[in-house]
Amino acid sequence: MNQLAWSEEEANTIIAAHQARGLLPVLTALNEAFGYLHKDAIRLCAQALNLSRAEVHGVASFYHDFRERPPGRHVLKLCGAEACQSMGGDTLAEHVSRKLGIQFGETTADQSITLERVYCLGLCACAPAALLDETPHARLNGETVSALIDEARQ
Amino acid sequence: MKRRIFVPGDAGAAAVGGDRVAAAITDAAKRAEMDIEIVRTGSRGAYWLEPLVEIETGRGRVGYGPISPSDVPGLFACGFLDGGRHGRALGDPDAIPWLKRQTRLTFARCGISDPLSLADYRTHAGWKGLERALTLGPENVVKEVAHSGLRGRGGAGFPTGIKWKTTADAKADAKYVVCNADEGDSGTFADRMLMEGDPYLLIEGMAIAGIAVGATKGVIYCRSEYPHAIAVMNTALAKAREANLIGKRIADSKYDFDIELIGGAGSYVCGEETALLESVEGKRGQVRAKPPLPAHAGLFAKPTVVNNVLTFAAAAWVLVEGADAYHSLGYGRSRGTMPIQLAGNIKYPGLFEAPFGMTLGELIDDVGGGTATGRPVRAVQAGGPLGAYFPRSLFDTPYDYEAFTENAGLIGHGGLVVFDDTVDMARQARFAMEFCALESCGKCTPCRVGSVRGAEVIDRIVKGENRAANEALLRDLCETLRYGSLCALGGFTPFPVLSALNHFPEDFGLARERAEV
Repeated sequence: MNQLAWSEEEANTIIAAHQARGLLPVLTALNEAFGYLHKDAIRLCAQALNLSRAEVHGVASFYHDFRERPPGRHVLKLCGAEACQSMGGDTLAEHVSRKLGIQFGETTADQSITLERVYCLGLCACAPAALLDETPHARLNGETVSALIDEARQ
Repeated sequence: MKRRIFVPGDAGAAAVGGDRVAAAITDAAKRAEMDIEIVRTGSRGAYWLEPLVEIETGRGRVGYGPISPSDVPGLFACGFLDGGRHGRALGDPDAIPWLKRQTRLTFARCGISDPLSLADYRTHAGWKGLERALTLGPENVVKEVAHSGLRGRGGAGFPTGIKWKTTADAKADAKYVVCNADEGDSGTFADRMLMEGDPYLLIEGMAIAGIAVGATKGVIYCRSEYPHAIAVMNTALAKAREANLIGKRIADSKYDFDIELIGGAGSYVCGEETALLESVEGKRGQVRAKPPLPAHAGLFAKPTVVNNVLTFAAAAWVLVEGADAYHSLGYGRSRGTMPIQLAGNIKYPGLFEAPFGMTLGELIDDVGGGTATGRPVRAVQAGGPLGAYFPRSLFDTPYDYEAFTENAGLIGHGGLVVFDDTVDMARQARFAMEFCALESCGKCTPCRVGSVRGAEVIDRIVKGENRAANEALLRDLCETLRYGSLCALGGFTPFPVLSALNHFPEDFGLARERAEV
């Protein structure tokens, strides 16, 4: 993923480009561009959309996608929903967490991978599944997911 | 002669190597100096055969699958461009029994045509529903949809004709058509497949709804977990707008109707229609109390039709083929077909569209071939994380809204997730509570707090602390959730919990006879 370093000027450009469509598309665009919502982003959104900072914070904190901290260079979203559970998803999740040495929601010390939980990627016919950045991967097992991680960390 | 090769570009196929297969075919053809064209289709939904490569030959299409990039040199060596023999050859894909026994109405084009080609869509009977809607006029379109017996495919099964009529009759200066593409249920992927494999069908269905109810603006709310679907849908919207199929005076008629896609941000409860409307308005996805119904006061308090992707798609089919054709299929009060999604631990997973009425056992054992692991099927969760777990003893239940309701379950959005005999049902019950706690919007106390307490009570039962008292407490808590929550998240979480408890009490350390069945 190519993420920008936080810049108020860049953020204002993004807000201006999306604000006609409402707060959710604005926050999504900021989260995608910077990888997270910088605390100043809340203030800038509030000013631009004529909302209180509390209102913007309320929306930003409601949705799972919006991060408070910058993620690693890659984000691995591993599905934890029932269809993936039925195909050994929980064991796979433990394996990934152990391999990376982090819990879900955390980033490896070398900043290479952020591990996140996701509940359903719609790949339930090829479980267990994951999304590495925006690329889907399915029919995963310990070996294939390890190869995926090793490749991403190079 | 340029040879056409079809490789699914669907996220499900891509996840198992579809893109790498397409690239390997392109490379091999270049080396052999063969003139080929690769068409990235949607998926036919037979996922155990993905990536499923198809070739157009003089005798029709020939399929090969599942293909990995390393199979590609072998395919060229056997002359697959002329339908040559190969260990992975499947013959005519339409003749594969698993596909042949389906009744494909909604998914007729999916996996066959080029999803983004307007010409291909028109060749395959596209826009005929819109043309007929323009001829019939709003009132008759609503009547046609009502006569078809179509019910909302999102999960609630509310009659679509009544919803459209209520919105059409509402007086307002603006109305909206909103498509719920927040397909969050585990075990479901039909909306994703349709948006990636036949996006113009959704656009056509929404335009028909717009004409029927007098709305000029449509919104597709698609979950962020579907980046592929969002990309395809956005391209399709731009192309349709360019061809004047949405926008001002669509298809040279007097009607204006444009569609915008808004992406979600990772919230399961936003699949609930009122939470979805809040989210589109840029707010927290908190559920609204009903009434007022969205048909009276929905998006920005204007009359709004909110339907699922599959409902709009089915409505378009109804307009093309007529209400009677749709109504003639089905079972009881469940008319037409349902795109059933076979998922999880199942040998032949995928999308199986069939008229209502097949039994659960037929779908799992016969169509699905039992488990992928080869172990016995122990439980099937029907209808997503809020759906009940069915034991084998209920496998004679017909696939029908009412029959599932009678067995304290729901068909929901059509997902069936299979578990083998290694499943721990107490753990699944606990997960249902955990998931409810994680995704609760926080508005109703039974859902917000009850789900957390529910997981704790299940832990105590499993640990053997005061089992009888804690079981009674869990049942009482489930009743509070059931009747004390505004929406289905809190209201239906008791379905998986109680079905696990009632049908599999031994997993909780309870004796079979003590559990109330």
